[in-house]
Order: sequence, then structure tokens, then C-alpha cells
Amino acid sequence: MLNLLFHTQMSLGVGQAAVVAVLAIIVAQFASRRGAKIGREIPMVLLRGIVQILLVGFLIAAMLRGPWWTGIPVLVVMIFIAATIVRRRVPELPGAYTLSLLCMAAGAGGVLTVMTLLGIVEPKIIILIPVGSMVIAQNMNIQSLFLNRFLGEVRSHRGEIESALALGASPEHAAESYLYASFHASLIPAIDNLRSLGIVWIPGMMAGMVLSGTSPIYAALYQFVILSMIFIAGAVSCLTATYLVPRRIFTPQQQLRRLT
Amino acid sequence: MTTNTAVLEARDLSRTVDQPGGPKSLLRNISFRLDQGQVLAVLGPSGAGKSTLLRLLNRLDEPTSGTVLLQGADTRDMDPRTLRRRVGMVMQQAYLFPGAAAANVRYGPAQHGIVLEDSQVADLIRQVGMAGYEDHDVSTLSGGEAQRISIARALANQPEVLLLDEPTSALDDLSKQDIEHLLASLVRERNMTCVWVTHDVAQARRVADLVLRLEAGQSIAFGTSQELLHA
Ligand SMILES: Nc1ncnc2c1ncn2[C@@H]1O[C@H](COP(=O)(O)OP(=O)(O)O)[C@@H](O)[C@H]1O
Ligand SMILES: [Mg+2]
Repeated sequence: MLNLLFHTQMSLGVGQAAVVAVLAIIVAQFASRRGAKIGREIPMVLLRGIVQILLVGFLIAAMLRGPWWTGIPVLVVMIFIAATIVRRRVPELPGAYTLSLLCMAAGAGGVLTVMTLLGIVEPKIIILIPVGSMVIAQNMNIQSLFLNRFLGEVRSHRGEIESALALGASPEHAAESYLYASFHASLIPAIDNLRSLGIVWIPGMMAGMVLSGTSPIYAALYQFVILSMIFIAGAVSCLTATYLVPRRIFTPQQQLRRLT
Repeated sequence: MTTNTAVLEARDLSRTVDQPGGPKSLLRNISFRLDQGQVLAVLGPSGAGKSTLLRLLNRLDEPTSGTVLLQGADTRDMDPRTLRRRVGMVMQQAYLFPGAAAANVRYGPAQHGIVLEDSQVADLIRQVGMAGYEDHDVSTLSGGEAQRISIARALANQPEVLLLDEPTSALDDLSKQDIEHLLASLVRERNMTCVWVTHDVAQARRVADLVLRLEAGQSIAFGTSQELLHA
């Protein structure tokens, strides 16, 4: 229907975006009347979202003309920004920013570096930026889930942790079972995405590749590669966190900090 | 003048914490000394700082100032893990680790590289009146039974001093009596030095040699149980 009104790809895109934005605002208004307080928030979120993603579109368009390695600083900046978002999820954790920065540098950063060196991620802007941002964004979610869950576990098991300390356990040992539980819980979504791949879920990347004319078989394989990378990056970052996070919640005198 | 060193001595212990509204004093200038086998009852209303005091003694919390001496040695010079093996603690709730009772009893010694024999585990569990419960899952135990296992778990480390933080106050009346009786006899049998926090004056009278009364973080009385509670 819209393609009858708009004749260039650009104007069609604007039209499509406008229609879904209006629909989202209408739905939000209905939800507000039912008591969900999103009516006022949604227009701002939509505006913010479209401005951000358009800027990225322009940025990629500009970068396409330059050498591929200009993608590297962009991804690095993304990791820095992702760390500020993780910190916001766990404001009570001392040093959360540096911690999540280090973990995601090891996870998303490490995986993207190795995959690029192996040639699995081609060093081209058109591949590096979208694939890299996907891995970083998912890594950020996994990292937030991990820290959030871990702090929740610690808060609800202070008695057990301090009992272990009082028996002479090391802080690492006292927190160990909660680290493992959080590690597992934070990777469940990434594992379930792999499990349900193609059956419950045909991810956006694959849809995009097929839409832009890539062979569906290659798109399918590439999607599997990306989900595996997301899992590996998440696992590496949380594993790094299991080593670094005890130092943040225990004092040098091996006391459990109060996390307010 | 006494020449013998106290088993446990607190000198001018204070703890202040930073809070949004400014520093808050939780405990101020607490001193006492305990000889081998003495039981000190720490009495006071809820929020008086009793738990805070105990936690300074095994360094689960950090004193802001003052000193704790164990057999004459400053506890700040010890590895906290060694200190905590030597100064055991039983809390208001058992906080057992998921799994079998025996695994809980083995936990403390294992932290110091010691593997208890089955017979040693059985013996500890028998001493707290739970003979045969080694393989029971702790999630099936009643409050009183769990507290008994937590006592066995603390004793497994063979501590020189035992800290008890209201060990009976989360229990029903019948278990209260049983656990008090069990602890009192274990402490007497082993001639253990003990700091026993309670808000129950009658309990303090029954179990303690010395009494320290706390109110709002300050010591308002320190003396023998005879002087303070039997007058
Ligand atoms: N780390 C802390 N930060 C702020 N307040 C604390 C801290 N630890 C204990 N308190 C407060 O100190 C007071 C004494 O606590 P506590 O020693 O547990 O008392 P008691 O065991 O006598 O009931 C309470 O008001 C408690 O809320
Ligand atoms: Mg208390």
C-alpha cells in the first residue's frame, strides 16, 4: 500500500518509519489508560531511537568510502558506552564501570579480534560494524544479567556467605556457588537463542541478509556464526567477571561489603 | 597485676560507619578481657551493637579504632582466615550450606586443608545430639536441628574462642531450652572461652561468668554475673 504513495526507497523508508511510530504511540496511549506509565515516555524513546539509528546509518554510509579499519575505533567506543550502561544496572557495585569494561573487552573485544584475524568476520565496514555491534550489544545484556543476578544472590545469601567466611573460607570460595549460578543464568538467553534458532526465531540479521539478496543458505550459516560468537563473547566476559568481581564485593580484610 | 595473658581481650574497640547523613557510631570504646573458660554474656536491647561487637572479634567487620588480642597477639597481624578458624561463630540462624549435614561439618576444616575422618564427623554430630544424621539433607531439618548442625560445624574447626550471636532467639520455646542447655554443657566440657550475645537476662544469669551491658553502642556496665545479675 505504502509503495503506491512513495516512489523512491528513501521516501518509502520515511513513510514506513512514520507509520510504525504513530502505531506505537497509539498503543502506548491505550496502555497508559490501563495504568502502564509509558504514554509520555514512548514518544521520546521513539524519537531518540530513530535519531540514533539514523546517525549510525549516515556514519556507516560515510565510512564505506574510507578504509575498513576505521570500524575498529567505532567498535571500541561502543564497548566503552556499553560499560556505562552496565554500570547503570548495578550502581551499588564499586568499580562496576571498569569491571564491565574489562570483561567486555575480553569477551566481545577478544572474540571480534580473533574472528577477524581468522577471516570469519570479513574486515569490511559493511560486515564489521553490524556484526560487531550485535556481538557487543548482546555481550552488554549478558554482562548486566550476570552482575545483576550475582548481586541479588549475594544480597539474599549474606548469612551463608558470612558463615563461610566465619569458618575460614576465602572470599572466592564463599562466593563461588553464587558466581556459578549467575554465570549459568546469564547465559540462558544466549543458549536458548541457539536452541530455538530457525524454529521459534529467524533473527533480524538473517532476515536482513535475505531481504538484501544474499542466498538464504549462506545467511542461515552466517546467522549461526553470529549467535555462536554472541555466546562465546558472553561466556568469556562472565568468566572474566567471576575472577574480578569477588575483589569488588569483599574488602582486603576478607569482609563482605554492605551493598546498599 | 595479672601476668597471665588473656585468651581474648578487647581494648577500646570502636566502630563508626559512613552514612548519607554523616558518620554513625555503632560501638564506642568497648574493653574486656576473658581468661580460659570464661563465658561473657553481652546483654542489651535490639540495635545496641551486640552483633557489631561480635563481628569485630572475628573481623567480619573492621574496627575503626581499638585492638583485639587473641592469646596476647594483635588480630590485625593475623590472616583473617586463621583468626576465624581460631575464633568460631554461631549465628542467630543456622545458614547451613545446601547438601548433607556431614558436608557442613567438614566445611571448616576443609578450608584449612584438613579432611575429617568419617568417625570424626559422626562424633561431632553425635555431640550435638544428632547422632546418625550425617547423610540427612539439611533442607529437611527443623530450626533447632539445623542450629545443632551449625554448632557442630563451628566446633569442627576446634576454635579456641566461641562467639554466639543470640543462638537461641530464632527458635521455639522448647528448642530454645535444648540449644541453651547443649551450648552451655559443650562450653563447660571443653572449658571454652565464649562470648554469648543474648537479650535474655535470665539466660545470661544461667550461662555467664561475666556480663557486659550495651546500650546505644556504649558499655553501661561490666562485671561478674554475680555482681550484675544476682543482686
Ligand atoms: N554497616 C553498617 N552500616 C550502617 N549501620 C549499621 C551497620 N551495621 C550495623 N548497623 C546498625 O548498627 C546498629 C547496631 O546493630 P547490631 O550490632 O546488629 O545490633 P544488635 O545486634 O545489638 O541488635 C543497628 O542500628 C544497625 O542497623
Ligand atoms: Mg544482633
